[in-house]
Amino acid sequence: MKLPLARRIWDSIVLRGPVIPRTDRDRAFVTIHTLLLHLRPVKVPARAIGFTHTFGLGGSSAVLLGLLVVSGLLMTLVYQPAPGVAFDSVVRIERDVRFGTLVRAMHYWSANLLVLVVVAHAARVFLTGGYHGARQFNWVVGVALLAMVLGSAFTGYLLPWDQLSYWAVTISTGMLGYVPVIGERLQHVARGGADIGASTLVVFYTTHTSILPALFVAMLSFHFWRVRKAGGVVLPPAATGGSDDEKVLFVPHLLVREVMLALAIAAVVVLLGAAVGAPLGERANPGMSPNPAKAPWYFMGLQELLVHVHPVVAVVVIPCLAALALVLLPYVTADDEPTGTWFQSDRGRRAAGWGALVALVVVPLWVLAHEFAAPHLPAWRGAAAVVAGLLPLAFVVAGGLAFGRFVQRWHVLRRNEVTQALVVLYVVGFAALTAIGVWFRGAHMALVWPWTR
Amino acid sequence: MAERRRAFLARMWAGLSAVAAVQGGWVTASFLRPRVVADGAGGLFGAGAVDRFAPGTVTAFADGKFYLVRLADGGFLALHRECTHLGCTVPWDPEQQRFACPCHASVFDIHGAVVNAPAPRPLDTFPVRIENGIVKVDTSQRQRRDRFDPSQVAV
Repeated sequence: MKLPLARRIWDSIVLRGPVIPRTDRDRAFVTIHTLLLHLRPVKVPARAIGFTHTFGLGGSSAVLLGLLVVSGLLMTLVYQPAPGVAFDSVVRIERDVRFGTLVRAMHYWSANLLVLVVVAHAARVFLTGGYHGARQFNWVVGVALLAMVLGSAFTGYLLPWDQLSYWAVTISTGMLGYVPVIGERLQHVARGGADIGASTLVVFYTTHTSILPALFVAMLSFHFWRVRKAGGVVLPPAATGGSDDEKVLFVPHLLVREVMLALAIAAVVVLLGAAVGAPLGERANPGMSPNPAKAPWYFMGLQELLVHVHPVVAVVVIPCLAALALVLLPYVTADDEPTGTWFQSDRGRRAAGWGALVALVVVPLWVLAHEFAAPHLPAWRGAAAVVAGLLPLAFVVAGGLAFGRFVQRWHVLRRNEVTQALVVLYVVGFAALTAIGVWFRGAHMALVWPWTR
Repeated sequence: MAERRRAFLARMWAGLSAVAAVQGGWVTASFLRPRVVADGAGGLFGAGAVDRFAPGTVTAFADGKFYLVRLADGGFLALHRECTHLGCTVPWDPEQQRFACPCHASVFDIHGAVVNAPAPRPLDTFPVRIENGIVKVDTSQRQRRDRFDPSQVAV
């Protein structure tokens, strides 16, 4: 007796089991037999699904990335990557394409939020110690993903080809010229030539829409895979005999939470896009630089640093040291101290708090001091290398070490807690530089109050 | 006997794979290297008759991305309009007789020499030739310099 046609079609699509599970057995079944869900665990520790343990930052990054892909793909159907027509095609998205303004604004807001969220995610992983043991290499993969997010944001920044993008990219690639020996060659590779032009736009467009997305698919899959291999989110060691070992089904307990968060993020992006929109300046004019010409906000920390220290220190030494420190972090920290608790302990939290406070005080003071001391600084040949190069570098390194020693003595900390305080010190310091660069620099990059910009 | 054969074949696989990887990398790197294309107008730029330019004046050429400077003593300098700090286009201020960059306040004098930091070196120059009374600027040859030198002026 053959089944009805509709039933046979349905059965061929849904091979086995119910689509909507109603029993616990079915819920476990659905997790294993659905493509999108089979990467997830059937059961998760009950302690792992609390919102304040991870704030869902990793998942939020993935959601934002999904929004970027969808809005981005739509725009590639209209955008034209050539200097003479790029700006006009963006105007066309804004004016002629239905919902074009909203799609472009959602892309803009998702991109900016993504940079913030992945940094917050990295901070959460760091502060809960989720980079030890089986998670060491996944931290390195995460650092690569962070670099890719910044690369995507940067390459996308040029595409509208307005005054803001053209000169922001000029400035940012201009910084590359200060790399010793290979600087000019690096600049030529980044720009596709000596100046920003048609080659630059094609290279940036292809990197932004093809190369980086392909890399994301590969790297993100590997990143999720390694989380599963490590047993999921990092947790504090389970207390014996207690309820710490309790596990709950992924469907529905974690899945519903994740879907809710994803919908909330999508709603925020739509609202921001509709309410605030995305900026579009005047058509790019290579003959006229705007005043001031600023890099995108996530690079403003570097541009601010460039005001104070020798270019080689700001563009090469400090970024290379920071990248090296990030990549080597799991391998130079102690592997045998407990993990899973935010800040590791109350003492760790206090030490980290001191690191943040010191950074928030020292950095603005240093910026102000330099502002008033600048006219009186020596101008002999080589002065820049010493006064603006070696001295600030020595101060930053020695200052960090002194702070580390001091806080360890005072609070009696474990090694990882000292490292944590130091990392917080430097990261908050860089965040302060970024804030100053974004809000307190006006025409000619002079220090101004934000409301007078 | 079989062991030796296996070891040999394994070494051949490893060696040839390495060669293939190097070849692939070299082809890709070569492909991505930017072609050397002349700047702006791409070659010799005829700026005009010598008498068109009064001594002590600066004339902007947007197409060639340079300024033609005629110094008080009659000599010519062709200055690239890109600020040597981070690449902004530097406008000429005739009242103050200087180039003042709007981005980070670098200042250059009429020779293109640095008056005010943060520019690290003078404005780049293009070679200037005067043939049959016509001023010609070779925009395909950008020249860096540490400081201004009278030998850089064309007469």
